[in-house]
Amino acid sequence: MIELGKYAGAVIGAYGLSLALLGGLIWQTLAANARARRDLERQERRG
Amino acid sequence: MSIWEYANPVKFMRTSGAILPWVVAGAAVCTLTGLVWGFLTPDDFRQGSTVKIVFLHVPAAMMAINIWVMMLVASLIWLIRRHHVSALAAKAAAPIGAVMTLIGLITGAVWGQPMWGTWWEWDPRLTSFLILFLFYIGYIALWSAVEDPDSAADLTGVLCLVGSVFALLSRYAVFFWNQGLHQGASLSVQPGERMSAVYRYPLYLTMLGFGLLFLALLLIRTRTEIRRRRLAALQAREMRA
Amino acid sequence: MIALLRRDLALAVRAGGGFGLGVAFFLILCALVPFGVGPDTAALQPIAAGILWLGALLACLLSLDRIFALDHEDGSLDLLATSPLPLEGAVAVKAMAHWITTGLPLIVVAPLFGILLHLPPAAIPALLGSLLLGTPALSMLGAFGAAVTVGLRRGGLLLSLLVLPLYIPTLIFGTEMIRRGQEGGDMGPPLLFLAGITAGVLAVIPFAAAAALRVNLR
Repeated sequence: MIELGKYAGAVIGAYGLSLALLGGLIWQTLAANARARRDLERQERRG
Repeated sequence: MSIWEYANPVKFMRTSGAILPWVVAGAAVCTLTGLVWGFLTPDDFRQGSTVKIVFLHVPAAMMAINIWVMMLVASLIWLIRRHHVSALAAKAAAPIGAVMTLIGLITGAVWGQPMWGTWWEWDPRLTSFLILFLFYIGYIALWSAVEDPDSAADLTGVLCLVGSVFALLSRYAVFFWNQGLHQGASLSVQPGERMSAVYRYPLYLTMLGFGLLFLALLLIRTRTEIRRRRLAALQAREMRA
Repeated sequence: MIALLRRDLALAVRAGGGFGLGVAFFLILCALVPFGVGPDTAALQPIAAGILWLGALLACLLSLDRIFALDHEDGSLDLLATSPLPLEGAVAVKAMAHWITTGLPLIVVAPLFGILLHLPPAAIPALLGSLLLGTPALSMLGAFGAAVTVGLRRGGLLLSLLVLPLYIPTLIFGTEMIRRGQEGGDMGPPLLFLAGITAGVLAVIPFAAAAALRVNLR
């Protein structure tokens, strides 16, 4: 484990929050894309 | 062969589908390597381990501004040449830009707390980022409020133009209003002001990584928007039939 | 254009409270502030200029949706769009009518409310000057926001979200000018910036607002 000294909380907090935000954005992007692809395929099979 | 060929949605879907895996791979490799490398750098003698935050803070802040500029260019292309893909790309970019601005603000607050002794300071740089965030929110809200897609694209395009002028104006007004704590550009070309190479190279890598990450997310989101648009068109056709 | 201005003014007056409501809102805001921060002169004096500007801003914001909404509902906006008068001109006239009904009364009463908030008398000319130079830009930017949101069912909240960030430069230079007037500093730079912003806004924003209106009338 890397020694972060007395600022460990700040560093880990900044990384944690940022990666959580990025992760949320990526998840939302992929989920929306998958939904759009599924809906479109269903529609194209029908029509 | 001209760049305008990609305004054709079918062509855009084919090309973006082909390059997307490479962009995703590049984004993942650069961002993860850069962040891990950055995390392993030695502590700064004044700032301690908080210097590691720079590898998130600077790339996110850089992308926050660049994404707005990209939206401005895409809006102009839509307003002048009426290419739908361009308008959809601007729509797709806005949430990414808002998240990048938020990351820049949050990492800045967490970093400012031990260094300046305060979470928030009404410093010109911080304040202009907050204003930029407000512009992103307004832009996204307008997109979701207007129902007709072409009207929404037009209105948000005009808003993006006016907003760009006022975001820039606010930035200079804010400098007039308060002098700040924030340091100047860390990557300026003047020797002596630059940060040491130990930090600089991982920083370049994360900046590249964030750029590629934006590109990957932008392509996926634009593809999502194109699919949604096609779905709506198919449904409308079915209703008429 | 004169006829349109007359019509808008007459409508504002007859609708009742065209002039009065904005001022009453301004008065209530100025009366509430001391309850929030305490009645001390030492507490009120430094923030008086900011409160007055914020009050002007909010009073202006409240009446923005009326610029185009009623005309959009009864169809007279479509008539305006097809009339020989350029839509840009119509937008400018409507923004001017809005300024006369809300901005101008606020400027007239602002010194009075300044006294309520213990603004030093030396700062009154700066207050008047900054409001006189700044509020036309507020009305014009508001007309742009109203034009963008005119067709929307719940446009009110969105309108303030879109318009308020655009007010930031005007607010900064306006209050800075009063602050310098209060402290006897050089009022020149903020005055010039304020005038420059207003002139630029009056020249350019009518085109953006008219473009947005055309989209909404399509």
